[in-house]
Amino acid sequence: MSSPNPSAPDSRTAILGRLRAAGDSGPLPALDTAVLERRQWDPAERVTRLRKGMEAVHTEFLDAKSDTWPAVIRVFCEREGLKNLLYGPTSEAGSALAAAWAPEGPQLKPYDRPVEAFKQELFGDIDAGFTGTVGGVAETGGLLLMPGPAEPRLMSLVPPVHIALLRASTIQDSFWSAVKALGWGRALPPNALMISGPSKTADIEQTLAYGVHGPKRLIVVLVDDLK
Amino acid sequence: MHAEKEIHFRDAAAKALLDPQLRANFRRAMDGLIAKRLAQFPDPRDLQDLRDLSTAIRSRSLLCLPELLEQLEASCAKNGIKVHWAETCEQANQLILGILQAKGAKTLVKGKSMVSEEMHLNAFLESKGIEALESDLGEYIIQLDGETPSHIIMPAIHKNKDQIARQFSQKIKDAKYTEDVDELTAMARKVLRQKFLDADAGLSGVNFAVAETGTLCLVENEGNGRMSTHVPPLHIAVMGLEKVVARLEDVAPLYAILTRSATGQAVSTYFNLITGPRGEGEKDGPQEVHLVILDNGRSRIYADPQLRATLRCIRCGACMNHCPVYTRVGGHAYEAVYPGPIGKILTPQMEGVGVRHDLIHGSSLCGACGEVCPVEIPIPEILVRLRREATHEDMGSTVVGKGTGRTASEDWAWRLWAGVLKRPALYRVATWFATRFGKALPASAPLIRNWTQSRTKPVPARRSLSERMRAEGVSHE
Repeated sequence: MSSPNPSAPDSRTAILGRLRAAGDSGPLPALDTAVLERRQWDPAERVTRLRKGMEAVHTEFLDAKSDTWPAVIRVFCEREGLKNLLYGPTSEAGSALAAAWAPEGPQLKPYDRPVEAFKQELFGDIDAGFTGTVGGVAETGGLLLMPGPAEPRLMSLVPPVHIALLRASTIQDSFWSAVKALGWGRALPPNALMISGPSKTADIEQTLAYGVHGPKRLIVVLVDDLK
Repeated sequence: MHAEKEIHFRDAAAKALLDPQLRANFRRAMDGLIAKRLAQFPDPRDLQDLRDLSTAIRSRSLLCLPELLEQLEASCAKNGIKVHWAETCEQANQLILGILQAKGAKTLVKGKSMVSEEMHLNAFLESKGIEALESDLGEYIIQLDGETPSHIIMPAIHKNKDQIARQFSQKIKDAKYTEDVDELTAMARKVLRQKFLDADAGLSGVNFAVAETGTLCLVENEGNGRMSTHVPPLHIAVMGLEKVVARLEDVAPLYAILTRSATGQAVSTYFNLITGPRGEGEKDGPQEVHLVILDNGRSRIYADPQLRATLRCIRCGACMNHCPVYTRVGGHAYEAVYPGPIGKILTPQMEGVGVRHDLIHGSSLCGACGEVCPVEIPIPEILVRLRREATHEDMGSTVVGKGTGRTASEDWAWRLWAGVLKRPALYRVATWFATRFGKALPASAPLIRNWTQSRTKPVPARRSLSERMRAEGVSHE
C-alpha cells in the first residue's frame, strides 16, 4: 500500500518497520464480553435508568406522547421565554415540528445554509437548538445522535439550550449494544455522538459548573411510545 | 555523560512537600477522585471482569499494532481523513506547521491533548507566529500562567479557586474579581466562544482510533473538544501510535472503564465519534481533517515484551490519583509531561533511564497504581525492571540509557556487600562488629545519612540471630 502522504514516506516505513521487527509475542487473548452482556433491562426499566442517569447530571425531561411532543416543546419555549428555536427543516423530527408550529410567539429558525454564512447568527442570536436522536443508552444514561445534512453538527452544541427528541422505544441497554443495534461498528457517518447532559467542568477545585462551552441546559422530550 | 542534565525529582519533591497550600489542594482533589471512582465499581466481580476485558482488548490491539495502523490509515483515507506519520516530536510539529501554513491558518484552538504537550506544540507554533490557545478550562487556566499540566486529566488541579480568581481578574480583560466558580467559568466561556468562532484551525487528541471504521473517538465533558473539532474549517488530530483498536465494539468497554477510573463518572457528557470531514450536503464540520500519528520512542518500548505493557495505557490518571507520592508532591515535581506512576515508567523509557533515574526510584512500590490500573499495567514490576536496566548495560534490552544510572559509590557498596556475604568468616566478623559497635556509628555517616534524613537510625541488636542460635543450641534453621 502506498503512503497517502508522499512528503514523509520514510517515517511511515521506519515506524512500521520497527513495529514489525518486534514481532508478535504469543496468541491473541480471548475476549470475554459476559460483563457487557449482563447489562439488560426490559423497555420500561430502560426508560427509568436512562432518566435517572441523565437527571443526575442535570438533564431535564419533558414527558410527551407521539402526537403531543411538538406542543410540549412549544409550551416549554414560551414558558422559558425563548425567542427562537433552531431546527433542521429536512429532518424527520424537524419537519414534523415545523408542520405543527404556529407562526406567532417563539420563531422556528431553519439551519439551511453552510455555517460560513451563518456563524455569527448561530453564536450570537440563537436561543435553543432542536434535534432528533437515533436512540438512547439505559445503562449510564445518554442520547445517541447522528448529525448530518438534515441536522448539522453544531445544532446540539452552540445554542445555550439543546432540546432533543427521544422515543422511549429506541433506548438500548448499553453503548455496546447500541453500537451493534445501530450498525455503527460497520459504517459511521462523518460524525456520531453520545450526549449525557449539558456541558460541564470540574476543573476549578473539583467543583461542578454547568454550561462551560456547550449548552447550559439539555432538555429531553421523552415520547412514550412503549406498548 | 549526561549527569549534568539529570533532573532531581528528589529536590523538587522536597520543595513541594514544604508547600501546605499545594498539599492541601492535591489531598482534597485526590480524596474526592478516589471516592468517586470507588462508587462507580460497587461490584468487585464486574470491575475485575471489565478490567480483564479491557486488558485483553488493549493487548490484542498491541499484538496486531502494525496491521491495525495500516488498516486505520486505509480506512481514514477512504473517509477523507489525511494520515501523517511522525517519528519524532520535531517531525510532528513540522507536519502540523505545514498543514496550518498550507491553509494560511494563524490561530489554532486546542482541545485537550497530552501528545501535543509531549511535542511542546504550543511553544513551537508561537515561535512560528501562530497562536495556539488551550480551550479546556483547566488547560486554559494554566496557559494563562505559562504553566504545564500537573495532572493528565485535571491539568489545573494544583490551583485553588482563590488563586484562579486572582489570576482571571489580572489576566482577562474587563474581568472583575470573583471566587464564584460559576462566574469564573462564565468568564472563560465568554472569551473562548469568541476564539472558537474566529479560529482558523482546531486541534485535538484522540482517546481511541478505530481501525475498521477509521473513526477518531474523543471523550470530554466541556464541549470544547467538539467546538475545536467542528467549528473551525480545519481539524488536526494528534495521537500516539498505540491508541488504535480494531473495532468500535472494542471501544465500548474501554470507554466504560476510562471515565469511571478517571473521574468516577459512568459516562462523560460527550463521546464524540469523528469519521470524516464535512460530508456531502453537510452544512458544518471541518472541510479538512488530518491525523498525525506520533512514535516518539513508542516503537522502541514496543520491542520489549515486558515493557510493551506500558503502551496499554488509556490515560485515565487513576494511578496518580491513588499514588501516595503523587498526592503529596503534586504533578509538577516530576518535571515530566506525564507525572505520577505511569509517568515514572513512561518518561524514563522515552528520555532515558539514566537521565530520569530519580523518577524510577521515586516510588515506595506500594502497588496501589497496579491495583487500580484499568488495563492492569504492572507498573511496580516495570519500575523494578527499569531500576535494574538503569544499572545494567548487559540485559539485551532496547532501553535508552541502560547502565548509565550506575554510580561508583553504589557499585562499591554492592561489591563490598557481595564480598562479605560470600565469605562466612568475614561475615561473622562483620556482624560481630556491627552488633557491638553499630550503635556508635553516627547518624550522619555516609550511606546511613540517606536513611536517617527522615527516619531514626536503626539500632542493631546486641547479638546477631546466628550468634544467639549458636548460643542457644539450635543447629538447623
